Amino acid sequence: MAVPLSAYVIVSAVLFVTGLIGVLIRRNFIIVLMSVEIMLNAANINLVAFSHYLESMAGQIIALFVIAIAAGEAAVGLAIIIVVFRGKISTNVDEMNLLKW
Amino acid sequence: MVPIFFVYFSLASVVAAVLTVALRNPVHCGLALLTLLLHVAGLFVLLNAEFLFAVQIIVYAGAILVLYLFVLMLLNLKSDERYLHTKYAVMLFAAIAVCGELVLLMVQSPFGGIKGDASAEAVLKDGASYAVGIKMFGEYLLPFEIVGVFLLGAIIGAIVLAKTPTSAEPQGRLREL
Repeated sequence: MAVPLSAYVIVSAVLFVTGLIGVLIRRNFIIVLMSVEIMLNAANINLVAFSHYLESMAGQIIALFVIAIAAGEAAVGLAIIIVVFRGKISTNVDEMNLLKW
Repeated sequence: MVPIFFVYFSLASVVAAVLTVALRNPVHCGLALLTLLLHVAGLFVLLNAEFLFAVQIIVYAGAILVLYLFVLMLLNLKSDERYLHTKYAVMLFAAIAVCGELVLLMVQSPFGGIKGDASAEAVLKDGASYAVGIKMFGEYLLPFEIVGVFLLGAIIGAIVLAKTPTSAEPQGRLREL
């Protein structure tokens, strides 16, 4: 008995929705970034599942690129958090409402 | 055997995702995220993607998560912070609207398509790493190079952003003199 493709799609949709809710309702910027990682992982599950069931390698390649983009996003996002925190502003998204220019 | 593992990995990853979003202490959230990443790696194994499994463990659990935990410990966040966004009711409404649209689209869309050239037997013959490598350094060479340039840009951006601004201070003193 094989697992149907729709099961993977459902798992990925549930993970994506969890990450989306986390991005929208949490207040801490670091948790928001973690929720973005959850959403990227949901997209990766989807890509790899379709790659397996449609017998094409393209999905796995794109999933690798998504992981690389996630690494860059985490590095730059955390650097921004450090800069904001150094300026004695807290890491809450609703208190970061000023830009320099 | 595969359905049992699928149920375990998917249930565990959903629970870990909910904990990541719901827990109060950011370090606990990071550890829940680690659980999620490991179980998603397990799902990749079930889909014959061993190379992605290794990359997921090494890059996500090994590098990205350590970066998160490092920054968490560096910042030493206050524990008395409020939990939810101030406008969270509006945000929750938006989230529910997007969820509804997602379910609608999933119910409507067909899951079939034209099959590619990498059947399960062809992938298993030489291994997933071989199949990924042949594709990546052949057909997808240009996107691979672009990702390299992107990573260089991200590294430079992160260093420039997080650098301690020491060079600005002497100039200010000169102006005062």
